[in-house]
Amino acid sequence: MTTRIEAAGLVRAFGARRAVDGLSFTLAAGECLALFGPNGAGKSTALRLLAGLLSPTRGRASIGGVRLPAPEARARVGLISHRSMLYEALTARENVRFSAQLHGLRDVDQAVERALVALRVADRADVPVRALSRGLQQRVAIARAIVHGPDVLLADEPYTGLDEQGGAALTTLLRERRDAGAALIVVTHHLHEGLALATHAAIMRAGRFARFERAEGLERDRYAAEYRELVA
Amino acid sequence: MSGVPAAPGLLGAAWMIARKDLAIEFRTRSAFLSALVLSLLSIVIFYFAWDPTAIGAADLAPGVLWVTFTFSGLLGMHRSFGVESHDGAMDALLTAPVPRQSIFLGKALANLVFVLGVQAVALPAVALFYNLPVGPAFGALALLMLLASIGLVAVGTMFAGMTANTRLAELLLPVLAMPFFVPIVMPAAKTTALLLAGRPIGEAFAWLRILLAFDLVFAYVCMLVFPLTLDD
Amino acid sequence: MTSPSHDPSDRRPGADWLLLAAGAAVAAAVTRAVWFTPPERLQGYAQKIFYLHVPSAWVAFLAFALTALSGAFWLFLKDPRLDRFAESSAEVGVIFTTGVLVSGPLWGKPIWGAWWVWDARLTLTLFLWFLYLGYLVLRGVVPEREQRARYSAVVGILGAVLIPFIHLSVYLFNTQHPMPVVANPSGIQMPPVMVKTFFLSLGAFTLLYVALVRSRYALAAERDILDDDVATDR
Repeated sequence: MTTRIEAAGLVRAFGARRAVDGLSFTLAAGECLALFGPNGAGKSTALRLLAGLLSPTRGRASIGGVRLPAPEARARVGLISHRSMLYEALTARENVRFSAQLHGLRDVDQAVERALVALRVADRADVPVRALSRGLQQRVAIARAIVHGPDVLLADEPYTGLDEQGGAALTTLLRERRDAGAALIVVTHHLHEGLALATHAAIMRAGRFARFERAEGLERDRYAAEYRELVA
Repeated sequence: MSGVPAAPGLLGAAWMIARKDLAIEFRTRSAFLSALVLSLLSIVIFYFAWDPTAIGAADLAPGVLWVTFTFSGLLGMHRSFGVESHDGAMDALLTAPVPRQSIFLGKALANLVFVLGVQAVALPAVALFYNLPVGPAFGALALLMLLASIGLVAVGTMFAGMTANTRLAELLLPVLAMPFFVPIVMPAAKTTALLLAGRPIGEAFAWLRILLAFDLVFAYVCMLVFPLTLDD
Repeated sequence: MTSPSHDPSDRRPGADWLLLAAGAAVAAAVTRAVWFTPPERLQGYAQKIFYLHVPSAWVAFLAFALTALSGAFWLFLKDPRLDRFAESSAEVGVIFTTGVLVSGPLWGKPIWGAWWVWDARLTLTLFLWFLYLGYLVLRGVVPEREQRARYSAVVGILGAVLIPFIHLSVYLFNTQHPMPVVANPSGIQMPPVMVKTFFLSLGAFTLLYVALVRSRYALAAERDILDDDVATDR
């Protein structure tokens, strides 16, 4: 199977504090890692390193065999962060379109339409983002992040603010992408939400993996109990 | 999974970013209107701090113009990174597979349009309020304003990017940028004075040479160092 | 997580001998300049400022050149010592620049008849002062060490590019400053006793710069260690 994400000894220090302190793992096509951990464990920093937004203090990260932050590597990543990354004065369509253009997509219109429909925001696509509710904004943010069909999708608390319909749309989308051969990392505080699609599960604490294992056969209730114990 | 499409190059991406910024500005008009009103206000206030019997209008106007241009320009440039940091949109620009210099170039281009737009209104206003004959020197003045604005925008955009994520950004930007405006404002004001006095632009050759050199050197250097000012 | 064990209170710094020596050297140079060097023929006692003013200016520009240089090197080497040095040098440089800006008018009042004159070199020094005050303000508002070093390096480099431009435009604006009397191609035009005093003073001020930067650097190093302790204890 093709390797999508590869992290080798990834360290990121801020001053003397190591937010990420030696992460090594690989994710192949079609794999999905559910990443758990308490606040300040380094999950968001890890995602930012894998998206090429931060340069590692030590170690390296590659996307599809290309080392970050090369443009060819960044081009294959989609990042959903806890901030919307949208321009509130522009419409949903304009926001998604801008992203599609920056990625140099050949058929921009079609890609934008597909992303908006997938998140079920097509009918509100021509209103400035500012006028949309928090949940709809989150849907547009996700549409923006996946418009270029990334084969690595990094999602930081993607379910935040979504209603049932939005959550279902997101789960469908993530499953489709996974089954189409993308590698996913989903950071979340909800074990059930995270494990729904996961092939792997990991718990981060103080910048490292406290656990990293295959998700199949993982007993959720026991895992939840062990998680609480580990984090306490 | 689709292959990675060809991402836009330096100029292509810069153009997209500039167009996006101008669309936002056109949609909200808030920064442009503020800068415009600020300019007109300062022109009017200068008038009342002026004794027309002691100093001729043609001697006062160059100073009024260029002080006004620098402050209103800084206002616009500060705002141009505000839209990026508001919801973390800068992260989306940074993950896109475009050269990081294109962010600088695009922002600078939009800022140049912004600054020239303010000047296009402020110059006639000065001519009107101070009863100045700008007509004969109009072409030369326009050229001068373009030359001076390029330097202004290059330095201003760089520092606006640097200060955008710091505390005190709106205060720090002028403190850092103003010393760099000395070799712009001095030649520009001197040349304006010559032109308003009805002298040919050739007499300002030494000043224009400084301006041109400043533009070339700082446009290049600022573009070069801009990526260093991004979060990393 | 193990923290580098270091308690600043357990180490009492001894006397800073270099700083004491530099202070003594400056005192000696000033004493010699005031009492043992004859007053200049035309300018009288006002010219004594020259022995403070010019060495201060020399140190001010040296300090900023070294700040810019160590910033540029930091970008390649990422060595925190370079950034600490840049910070120390900029701060000491601001002190000496202030000295130039104060001593200039003291000399200017009797000679030019005004406290402040927009003379080319004095104006340049004024903008240098603004530039590096901005540099220090910037350092004050960026909490993250790497980012602070990077931003500072950029400002330092841009400042070094800017100085010639300011010099050029201010020079074109006007110039009233006395032409250089020491570094004059036709030979030094001061009496030998004045020249000797001047160079003594120059040496003393340079020594003072080195001593101040050294002690300021030690402070920056202590602060970084303290920050590290706080960070790793989290």
